[in-house]
Amino acid sequence: MNKETLNARRLLCPLPVIRTQDKVKQLKAGDQLEVICTDPGVMQDIPAWCRINGHKVLETKSSDHDYIIILEVGA
Amino acid sequence: MSKQRKAVALISGGLDSMLAAKTVMEQGVHVEGINFFTGFCVEGHTHAIRDKDKAKPKRNNSLWVAEQLGMKLHIVDVIEEYKNVLINPRHGYGAHMNPCLDCKIFMVNKARQWIAENDFDFIITGEVIGQRPMSQRKATMPIVAKESGADDLLLRPLCAKNLPPTLPEREGWVDRERLHDITGRSRKPQMVMAEQFGFDDYAQPAGGCCFLTDKNYSAKLVDLWQAQGNKEYELDDVMLLKVGRHIRPQPNFKLIVAREEGEGRFLQGYKNEFISMNCISHSGPLVLIDGSPSAEDLYLAARITARFGQGRDAEQVDINVMQTDGSERTLQVKPLNKQEIPEEWYI
Repeated sequence: MNKETLNARRLLCPLPVIRTQDKVKQLKAGDQLEVICTDPGVMQDIPAWCRINGHKVLETKSSDHDYIIILEVGA
Repeated sequence: MSKQRKAVALISGGLDSMLAAKTVMEQGVHVEGINFFTGFCVEGHTHAIRDKDKAKPKRNNSLWVAEQLGMKLHIVDVIEEYKNVLINPRHGYGAHMNPCLDCKIFMVNKARQWIAENDFDFIITGEVIGQRPMSQRKATMPIVAKESGADDLLLRPLCAKNLPPTLPEREGWVDRERLHDITGRSRKPQMVMAEQFGFDDYAQPAGGCCFLTDKNYSAKLVDLWQAQGNKEYELDDVMLLKVGRHIRPQPNFKLIVAREEGEGRFLQGYKNEFISMNCISHSGPLVLIDGSPSAEDLYLAARITARFGQGRDAEQVDINVMQTDGSERTLQVKPLNKQEIPEEWYI
């Protein structure tokens, strides 16, 4: 199982979702991806994208102006 | 056993594309959504920037629609390819800088490529004859089908009965009798359908998902192109046109003045790409200077910056000027009064 990080700071939705989608295509089922963003909209959009595409959100958190989502790639 | 047919639906996040996809899903076709991000989509951006919009839901409507319909959604970045559509629209612009017909042709063409690569059978859009003055007329429907290359693989479930049968209808992949015959600008038939499907929450029923249909935004885009002498643009240009008050005192530079704290935070991210100013003797907004200002121009820009701070009525204020390399200096200036900023400077 790989753990990768994606820096999506300064991008506004839907670009963080698009970058997440493109990164996930390169990963395998069970891999984890941490996405770091500054657009608070990702807290809604990335989990929604995960739900409709069969991926699992493991954790969401925010600190200062960063919004972080950790997801596990689905099958 | 007959083959499971698959269609991709162009999902804008509005009601029509949602109903179109649902209509076909109801007939047992496997439908997935596709959404193209041009850089001008209203979705998300400004409410993510401005504090005053914090109370608004931050959902992306295309994702929300996909979730409501229980289908996958593919969001495709077409920012670079879209430039040619906007800069050289074969069919011209609408009321503002909106190249709606070329845009529709472009997106259907991208969907056509997508179905070929992903082994899908046909394309669905939420188009309705007569709904939009430029891109959704009886005369433009065949133009979109032909010039996109989709031809009769393009099904418009909401108005299909008013158009010649497409391949999915002729082959029996969908039942034409269970498609619709909506025409015109009225939203009532769509609202009735929404109720029948149990959709009581949907976005922008009157449409309007693109900044290019906005008069003020289009004026800023035209100003940008005039100032730089060509129609090129980068994504950051497009984003910055959505933020702040834009003031051009001279052809060679303009000011972007944050209107509130959220915009100020957003503009902070551009301080290493633009000269920036802010008042340090009084509170005031962050201002970016776009262009190639002379020393004299910077002095004028500082006086304008002072106008938008709490020191606007003071005899003199201190304006910090930061260059893109981080070097800073302070200008002591008298704020311009309201009459000294002509209306025509505001873009």
